[in-house]
Amino acid sequence: MAKEFISNTIRKQRFMNDEMTQKELAEAVGVSRQTIVAMEQGKYSPSLELAFRIAHVFKMPFDEVFQYNADKDPLWTKKKKRNNLN
Amino acid sequence: MHNKEKQTLFTLITSIVLMIIYAVIIYQKRVVPDPEIINDMQFWGKYFLLFIPVAIVSMIVCYIIFAIVNKIVTSEDIEDVSDERDKLIELRSVRISHWIFTFGFILAMGTQALGMETWVMMVTFIVSGVVSSLVSELAKFVMYRRGF
Repeated sequence: MAKEFISNTIRKQRFMNDEMTQKELAEAVGVSRQTIVAMEQGKYSPSLELAFRIAHVFKMPFDEVFQYNADKDPLWTKKKKRNNLN
Repeated sequence: MHNKEKQTLFTLITSIVLMIIYAVIIYQKRVVPDPEIINDMQFWGKYFLLFIPVAIVSMIVCYIIFAIVNKIVTSEDIEDVSDERDKLIELRSVRISHWIFTFGFILAMGTQALGMETWVMMVTFIVSGVVSSLVSELAKFVMYRRGF
């Protein structure tokens, strides 16, 4: 599911790792290339398990590969609006 | 178009074509010579059961042809990896299909409660089965297109 508040740097990390192809990354973490494409385009947020595997392949800390922006999270924005109304 | 999208679209079209061909054959061979047969439950039972192996074998043959044509045209193998995204899409499409068929089942029971003929119930079953399967494939295609 596309979630604007979760972003990733997979494309950048692939570039930094000798231009690793989407296929190579897909094979390394056991998913299809289409799933990697969907993640890079921000159309799909992976499970925690897959996200950790991707970070492990790039040998990077988790938060270097995946970022969470609370300001864009509808859960908090809705709560903020409700609190402002009250 | 990615392989999964192509496969889903192919399944959608193949199921429609197979269903139409099977229905036309049965209609011409059995219903045209004896129109009263549509009220015979044994007729419905026999042709429902016969459709299952016919559909499975035809789909396998069609998939083999699809894989060969796809390999020749794109020189790419069809990935047989089913990852978490595929499973989520499958789960969602099965849920949609389940609700449509449940609605069809209730509708079929409704036809009997209203005192309609048996064939109306059987046709409602078939239509709801076909619609649920088609909508499920269509939903899969849409989900693959938009990411999930």
